[in-house]
Amino acid sequence: MTTTRPAGPALRPAGRLTRTQRILVRAALLTLLAIAATFLLDPYRNYQLAVVAATFCATSGLTLLVGLTGQLSLGHAVLMAAGGYGYALAVNAAAGAGLDGDGVAALVRVVVGLVGALVASGAVGGLLGLAGARLRGPYLAGLTLAMVVALPALATQVPALGGDQGLAVPFEAVPEALSRLVVVEQWHAWLAIVVAALAVTPLAVLRSGRAGLRMRAVHGDETAARLAGVSPARVKVGAFVASSLSAGLGGAVLCLVTQSVGPGRYDLAFSLLLVVAAVVGGLGSLGGAAAGAALVVLLPWLVDTVTGAVGVPADLEQRLSGNLAVLVFGALLIVVTLAWPGGLARATARRRAPVPGPDPSSRPPTRARTDAPAPTER
Amino acid sequence: MTPALAVDGLTVGYAGAPVLDDLRLEVAPGEVVALLGANGAGKTTLLRAASGLTPPRAGRVLLDGADLTALSVEDRARRGLAQVPEGRSVVTELTVDENLHLGALWCHPGRAARRAAVARTYDLFEPLARRRTSLGHQLSGGERQMLALGRALLARPRVLLLDEPSLGLAPRVVAQLMGVLRTTARETGLTVLLAEQNVTSALSIADRGVVLSLGAVVADAPAAELAGDPTLRHAYLGF
Amino acid sequence: MDRLVFLLATGLARGLVVALFALSLVIVWRAARLVNFAQAATATAAVFAAFAVTGATGSFWAGLAAALLAGAALSAAVERGLMRRVPQATPLPGMIVAIGLVMVLQSALGIAFGPRHRPMVAPFDERPLVVGGVPLLSPYDLFVLVVALAVVGLLAWLFNGTSLGLQLRASAAAPEVSRLLGVRVPRMVTLGWALSGAVAALAALLLVPTELGLNAHSADLLFVHAFTVAVLGGLDSPTGALVGGVAVGVLVSLVTGYLGAGVAPLAVLALLTLVLLVRPGGIFATTEVRTA
Repeated sequence: MTTTRPAGPALRPAGRLTRTQRILVRAALLTLLAIAATFLLDPYRNYQLAVVAATFCATSGLTLLVGLTGQLSLGHAVLMAAGGYGYALAVNAAAGAGLDGDGVAALVRVVVGLVGALVASGAVGGLLGLAGARLRGPYLAGLTLAMVVALPALATQVPALGGDQGLAVPFEAVPEALSRLVVVEQWHAWLAIVVAALAVTPLAVLRSGRAGLRMRAVHGDETAARLAGVSPARVKVGAFVASSLSAGLGGAVLCLVTQSVGPGRYDLAFSLLLVVAAVVGGLGSLGGAAAGAALVVLLPWLVDTVTGAVGVPADLEQRLSGNLAVLVFGALLIVVTLAWPGGLARATARRRAPVPGPDPSSRPPTRARTDAPAPTER
Repeated sequence: MTPALAVDGLTVGYAGAPVLDDLRLEVAPGEVVALLGANGAGKTTLLRAASGLTPPRAGRVLLDGADLTALSVEDRARRGLAQVPEGRSVVTELTVDENLHLGALWCHPGRAARRAAVARTYDLFEPLARRRTSLGHQLSGGERQMLALGRALLARPRVLLLDEPSLGLAPRVVAQLMGVLRTTARETGLTVLLAEQNVTSALSIADRGVVLSLGAVVADAPAAELAGDPTLRHAYLGF
Repeated sequence: MDRLVFLLATGLARGLVVALFALSLVIVWRAARLVNFAQAATATAAVFAAFAVTGATGSFWAGLAAALLAGAALSAAVERGLMRRVPQATPLPGMIVAIGLVMVLQSALGIAFGPRHRPMVAPFDERPLVVGGVPLLSPYDLFVLVVALAVVGLLAWLFNGTSLGLQLRASAAAPEVSRLLGVRVPRMVTLGWALSGAVAALAALLLVPTELGLNAHSADLLFVHAFTVAVLGGLDSPTGALVGGVAVGVLVSLVTGYLGAGVAPLAVLALLTLVLLVRPGGIFATTEVRTA
């Protein structure tokens, strides 16, 4: 895992920073900006922000995987769940081992949990990646689909996973020093933002460097990539693992914020929403992944709020709840793919990504791009 | 006399970089015309544009004076314009028999008529008769080309467009194939437009040769004359 | 022992339904080189049509006809309206559009009919017949068995014994050459979709009476099972779909019977993973088609 802190003197003139350093500086600035923004939001909005940040972890991993290597995973919800369970098991083990206090103990506990999330999601993602390296698009999509469908069964069959109810984790209170400054929702939003930065920044570095180039090469033409000395299998597994680790951290955040992890949240519908976020945002674009994450978290809530306010009959409201948003998302997915293949990222064509994101000079690849310009080496 | 096939002002490709540039060509009924030229001269594009596979930017394609330009590929085929494309023109997942039946679908209505027509093709191409249940991908290059030609002839086309039938085949097989083509053309009055790299074999069976260069006709002369003209040979045909 | 025989017999009947659905996936794959992830959603919509018609006329058979027609019409509309416009260079856009369609159809059905399961009555008795003291298939299972085998036979005849089938196979294998021979390839592709939609609708309709009932997600698991079958047998192989379908049906039946219904999805996932890792070409595939 790459550190997110700018390495070396960060205050050199921008022109002399390496590409990686530029990404790190931008990531740090955006993280600070996001943390500052939490002061403008009420507790419920901060809770939503934390959920968006968690979702962003997963959508950024997915957009990288699909956009750069062309591997469609319908199972990123399972990878998030793996991260959530990994976090819960590690945190509970740590709490059982004496790390059940506040302050430093709480911080160590959360870090242990995050490591647990990385281990669990990395393991699942590595296995899937191995399968994916041998399979063409539709087969990988089907395998991941089968995983999502089997998740509830797995949760009920493996006793350590706590069945339908899932696992509960300790409530992470605001540290003593900050308790006068922020409430718990805001504190959780901070944690979520920092973890999201930790998860996404390495992806941004990966994407803009040689690894990203290799992924595009493999997507464009595997034979050509192989002839150029790139191992498609290694690249695909690597991309899947990177993508899984990020999704796993998202699951850990969601577990931390909601104090539980269970199979109910990570169903097929949620998994498909992650695909919607990646596609609508623009495949391959991390900024688009952030916009997509916000969309899939906020739109269902917005739809429910609107239908609640308009005063439709209770029966209809119950049917619309959930379904209407999914209907809109499905239509968006079709329209964007057919009419607008670059997604939001291409459509807005902004120079600056709104979050720790892609190199602004590179546009999201929506199709096989064998002619991707080589990034300038330092 | 109305030409069997006429292309009139055919232009394919982007403005400024045309693959075919305002091309005009007429083939008389029963005539065998060799379409010659270097790689990239536009031979394949001309055939594809004639059969409708490549949409032209401008120009018309006429079969016996009737304008085909607005018709789809399959409708042109049903009107009697057959094309044997270069290389993989056999449906490799189907057997030899099925490939031939596919060719016979439109002009031999009825199961019995189709079977009879296919049987006649086996008489014409005897090596195929031994392989009727083999799948396309089990055939040798020569057998494939025979199958493609036999299948095209089954549809009793008015005009046959052939793209590089000799490609990758042994000289003996090429000679055999050209022989069948010549005989069929003589006996049935079939009109043939034959794109070939193999200039000698093509001119040996053709009535007339047309040389393309950079998407335009640069020479159009009787086959014998073309074969004996050293300037043309050096300039465009490379031998 | 009695229990084993019963489970095997039930598994055979369920397996043939899965095989039918897998066959519908194979038909689309062969016509359009696309795994239709929306197959379950369109099939479920068709079963809702059947449900409405059966409710209005009181006849199961009218409902069956409605399901076939609705499945064919809906799939043809999907092909003409959506899939034809999808860029074909990579399989990704087609899959994503299909997933979008799943979301639209299922949520629309959810809005229209609500989340509850509607019971569908089978046209025959569902209690197993007892043969020589051993409970075996129910009359409904027998009906399913006969219908499934008849449809498989019909499809085999259509594809291998008719000139229409010859055109369908040719346009799937070599569209350009087929067009040059006068085959109306676009029409054949639409026809392939319609055929596939009808078969999928039939499979879903046969399944629903044996399950909880009808709702927007009734065929989801059927799709997962059928997809597993398609992977087992290879998407190109109708024989593979048939054999794989029965294998998966029997596996699910045995696992459900001996270990509990909760374990069945895990068993299917394990089977899928195993096959993909050990033999990524599929058990019946003749060519290496899965790695790009």
